[in-house]
Amino acid sequence: MPSLGADMEAGTLVEWKVAPGDRVRRGDIVAVVETQKGAIEIEIFEAGVVRELAVAPGSRVPVGALLALVGTEGAMQTPAPAAVAPIGPQPAVSLPSASPPPAPQPLAGARPLRTTPAARRRAGALGIALDGLRGTGVDGAICLADLPAGAPPRRGGFDPLGMRKAIAAAMGRSKREIPHYYLSQTVDLAPALERIERLNAGRSPPERLLPAAIMLRAAALAVAETPELNGFWGEDGFRPGDGVHVGWAVALRGGGLVAPAIRHADRMPLDALMTAMRDLVARARGGGLRGSELTDATITVTSLGDRGAESVLPIIHPPQVAILGFGRIVERPWVVGGTVVPRRVATLTLAGDHRASDGHRGGLLLARIDALLQRPETL
Amino acid sequence: MTAKVHLDRAHGVHLLREMLRIRRFEEKCAELYQAQKIRGFLHLYDGQEAVAVGVMQALGPQDAVVGTYREHGQAIARGIPMGPLMAEMFGKVEGCCRGRGGSMHIFDRQRRFIGGNAIVGAGLPLALGLALANRMQGRKAMIACFFGEGAADEGEFHESMNLASLWRLPVLFVCENNLYSMGTPVGIAEAETAIWQKAAAYRMGGEAVDGMDPVAVEVAARRAVERIREDGVPWLLECRTYRFRAHSMFDAQLYRTKEEVESWRKRDPINRLREWLEKAGHLHPADLERIEADVVAEIAEAVAFAEAGSPEPVEELERFVTMDEVPQ
Amino acid sequence: MSGVPARITYREACRQAIRAAILADPRVFLMGEDVGRYGGCYAVTKGLLEELGEERIRDTPLSESAFVGAGIGAAMAGMRPIVEVMTCNFSLLALDQIVNNAATIPHMSGGQFAVPLVLRMATGAGRQLAAQHSHSLEGWFAHIPGLRILAPATVEDARHMLAPALADPNPVLIFEHIMLYNMEGELDPAVQGVDIAKARIRRPGRDVTLITYGGSLFKTLAAADALAVEGIQAEVIDLRVLRPLDTATIIESITRTRRVVIVDEGWRSGSLSAEVAMRIVEEAFFELDAPIRRVCSREVPIPYAAHLEQAALPQAEAIAAAARGLVRPAR
Repeated sequence: MPSLGADMEAGTLVEWKVAPGDRVRRGDIVAVVETQKGAIEIEIFEAGVVRELAVAPGSRVPVGALLALVGTEGAMQTPAPAAVAPIGPQPAVSLPSASPPPAPQPLAGARPLRTTPAARRRAGALGIALDGLRGTGVDGAICLADLPAGAPPRRGGFDPLGMRKAIAAAMGRSKREIPHYYLSQTVDLAPALERIERLNAGRSPPERLLPAAIMLRAAALAVAETPELNGFWGEDGFRPGDGVHVGWAVALRGGGLVAPAIRHADRMPLDALMTAMRDLVARARGGGLRGSELTDATITVTSLGDRGAESVLPIIHPPQVAILGFGRIVERPWVVGGTVVPRRVATLTLAGDHRASDGHRGGLLLARIDALLQRPETL
Repeated sequence: MTAKVHLDRAHGVHLLREMLRIRRFEEKCAELYQAQKIRGFLHLYDGQEAVAVGVMQALGPQDAVVGTYREHGQAIARGIPMGPLMAEMFGKVEGCCRGRGGSMHIFDRQRRFIGGNAIVGAGLPLALGLALANRMQGRKAMIACFFGEGAADEGEFHESMNLASLWRLPVLFVCENNLYSMGTPVGIAEAETAIWQKAAAYRMGGEAVDGMDPVAVEVAARRAVERIREDGVPWLLECRTYRFRAHSMFDAQLYRTKEEVESWRKRDPINRLREWLEKAGHLHPADLERIEADVVAEIAEAVAFAEAGSPEPVEELERFVTMDEVPQ
Repeated sequence: MSGVPARITYREACRQAIRAAILADPRVFLMGEDVGRYGGCYAVTKGLLEELGEERIRDTPLSESAFVGAGIGAAMAGMRPIVEVMTCNFSLLALDQIVNNAATIPHMSGGQFAVPLVLRMATGAGRQLAAQHSHSLEGWFAHIPGLRILAPATVEDARHMLAPALADPNPVLIFEHIMLYNMEGELDPAVQGVDIAKARIRRPGRDVTLITYGGSLFKTLAAADALAVEGIQAEVIDLRVLRPLDTATIIESITRTRRVVIVDEGWRSGSLSAEVAMRIVEEAFFELDAPIRRVCSREVPIPYAAHLEQAALPQAEAIAAAARGLVRPAR
C-alpha cells in the first residue's frame, strides 16, 4: 500500500484494475484505493507481469503492506516503452458525434467500442474524446470512472469529513513540528500582466493564460536556483527534491483542498504550464488524481485568486520545507521614476522551515521571483 | 304488493306502451347503426320485450337490476330515459356512462341499474354481492339478475346458484332463454334445456314462463318477488322467448331458418297484447296512433339530444380508471 | 397495546390488521375459503370466527368466481369486503371478476360506481407446494389499470397496509408471500399507519440499486450484507406497491448509484421486472453506467423437490453476483 500523504496510515482497496497474468507497464493504473481524501488510482512503477493479488477488494490495508506481487522476469523480452501508451483496442469514434456506433472491429481480439449512457452523456457535455480510453465497465464498456477529467469520483464521491480530518492532521503536525519563518514582498506585476495580455490577444477564453501561470512560472524558475527550499525534511534532516515539482493548491467545491504536483514545473513553457494547471484543477475536482501526484510535490504554491485576500501567511505542508503564497492582484499607488502612478501589484509571501533554511535564502528567493517578473519576456 | 295482476285498461296500455318504446327505440338504433352514428356491437332486444317489461312491474325503486349486454330493453323498462341512453350509444359525454360503455354497458346509479355486462355469466356473482350488502345493511331490497340461457353453460352460473341458495340471498334470477347463444342452439349446449329445472339442484324455487307474454311474465315475476321478500331466498325464473333479429348487427343467421323466425314472429308480444286489448275494448285505433306518435316524439327527442351532445374531452380519457372517492 | 416494540410474526400482523379493520368499521367483513372454521389455509384468520361471528367471517364454497364477484357487488353496494383467495394460483378462477368487473366498472360506468374491495391472496414458492400453489402472479395483475397491487414484505406493512387499502375507493389486491408468514419482526407501536403509494429504501447504498418486493426482500437484504463485506454498498428498494409503480423513488436512487439489479420471483418474460427495467430505460437511460440486470425465477413451473425448487428461485448468492458483476466487472 503506497503512502499517498504524510498523514495516511492505511487505505481501503476498492478495486483491482488488473488480474494475475496481466502485463503491466510503468504508469499503468493497477488499483483504486479509498482514502480519507477520496478514491485515488494507484499506478505501478515497475513493468512486469502480475503474479498475485494479495488483498481482496474491501480490505483496509496499512501503508507499506503488500498489495500484489509483480514479476519482472527476464522472459519479458520487450522493453517497456518510454512513454505510457494506451492499452487495448483503439476506439474508432469519439464524442460528441452523431455518427452511429461503430461496427465491431474485424481485428482478432479487438472489441467494439462500448460506452455506458452516463459516460457518453458526460463525455459529450465535457467535450472529452473517447478515443484511446480504456473501458473498465461491464463488458469492457467505457464508464464514468474511465473518463479522464471532469468526472466525479466513481465511488464514494467526495468525503468532506474525511478531507477535513486529513487537513487537520497535516496542518496540526505542521504547526507543532515546523518552526515557520515568514517573508513578504510586494511585486509590481504591470510588465508580466502586459505580456499576458499581449499573448492572450486573439485567443478564445479556454486558451487564455491566467496571471497565476506567469507567477507560477517565475516562482518555479526561482525555486530551481534555491535548492534549500525545494525538498523534504525527514529524520535524517533535509533531503533535496529530484526536481522542481510544484504542488498547486486547488480549493474543492465541496470544501477542503488538495495540492497535486506539477512535475518539473521549471522546465515547462508558459502554455504547457497553463494546460497542466487547468488539467489538475479539473481532475482534482473530478476525483481523477493519481496517487503520485499527491506525494511528489517538493514545494507548494497557493494563489488566492481575484477574490482572495491581499496576502496570505501559508502553512507548510509536511514533509515539504517551504510554501509560497500569492495574494490578490490589486491596483495601488506606486512610485516609478519619482512619480506616483497607479500600478497592479501583488504581495508574495514565503513560509520557510527554519530547520532547513534561513531567512536570508528565503529573501533571495523572493527577490529572484520579483526580478523575473520584471522581465517577463524571458518567462 | 300482491302477485295478482289486475289487467285493467290502464295497466294493459302501460305494458303495451313500454314494449313499443323499446321496439321503436331499437328500430331507430338499427337505422342509426347503419348510418354509422352508433358503432361497436349492437345487440337488439327485438322480440324479448315482454320479459323486461313484465319483470320490471314487480320491482320497486329500492331494488336493483343487473343486466346483460342485450340490455336496452331492460334499461328502458327500468326507467332510464332515452336521451342519455342514445347519447351513450353515440359515445357522447351526455351519455349515461359518459360514452365509456356504449350499447353493452349501460349503468344508471340513480335507478339502481348495475350494468350491462358483456361477459356471459359475470353479472351473477355481482348480484350475490349486491344482495348480501342489502341484507348486511338491513335494507329490504332485492336484486333482479338478467342473463341468457348461454350463461347456464358457464361455471359462474353454478357457483352463483349454489352460493345464493346457501346464503339465502334475495336474488331473482331471470333467465331469458331465447334458444340461441349467438348461433349455438340451446340443445347442443345444455344437457338439460329446461333451465328452470336446474334450480332444484340448488334447493331453490323456480319456474318457466311464456316469455312472449308480458302479463304471464309479470304474474310469474310478482309471484317470485313475493316469495323472495317473504322467505329471503332466491328464485329462478326462466322466460322462454325469442329474438327476431340477428344476434348482433353483423350476423347472417346461418344457424336458423326464416321459417323458424316467422313462426316466432306470429307470437310477437306486442301484437298479442295489442290484439287482446283491442278485443277487450281497451284500445282504440286512435289510442294506438297517439301512443305511437308519443313514442316517435320521445325517440326523436332522444336522438336530437344525442346529436347535440359533445364528445368527452380526450384529456378526460383516464378519468375514473381509479376513483378519488366512493360515489354516495 | 404497550408502548414497547412487540416482536410478532407476519401472520399475526395480518390477523391483527383484519381484526382491527372489522372491529373499526361495520361495513368490513372477511370472506373466503376456509377462513372461518379452519382458521385460514395459512392460519392467518385463526380464532377470528369465534370472536367476530359468522356474519363478519364468512366461509365460502370453493367458488372463487362467485365469492370474488360477490365481494365486488357488495363493495359497489356500500360494504367494504376483504376477500381472501387461498393462493394467487386460485385467483385465476376469479380472473374474470377481477379483470372484467372490478377493474372496469368504475371507468365503464363513467364514474357512477366505485369498487372499494380488498382482495388478499398468498403468493410465491418455497414450501415445496409444487406448480399449482407456488407461482408469483402479482406481476400479471400489475398490468391491469384500475387495480392497486400491494406486496407487504415487512411485519409493519402486513399490519398497516390493510387499513389504507380498505379506505381506497378502488379494488386493492394484497399479495402475501407464503415464506413471510412465519417471519418475525418488530412492530413499533408508535407507527400507526403506512402509505400505500411509495416504495421504501430498506437499506441505503451508493454503488448499486437492488429493486425488489415481497418474499425476495430478505434475500436481497442478505445479498446486500454480503456485498458490504466486499466493500460494495448496495441500496435496497422495496417496491411495496406494484401498481401504480413509484417510479420517482427508483429513478432517484439510480441517479445516484447508476447501476441496478431487479429481483423478482415472477418469471422473467413479460414480468414486473421487465416493466421496472423499461421505466428505468425510459426515464433514466442517461444515468446508467452499466447494463440493467435481473434476477428472476427460472422459467419452469415451480417443481416439488426441494433442491429443484430452490434452484428455480432467486437466491441471495445470485443477487450478490449480479450486483458484483456490475460494480466490479471481471475482465
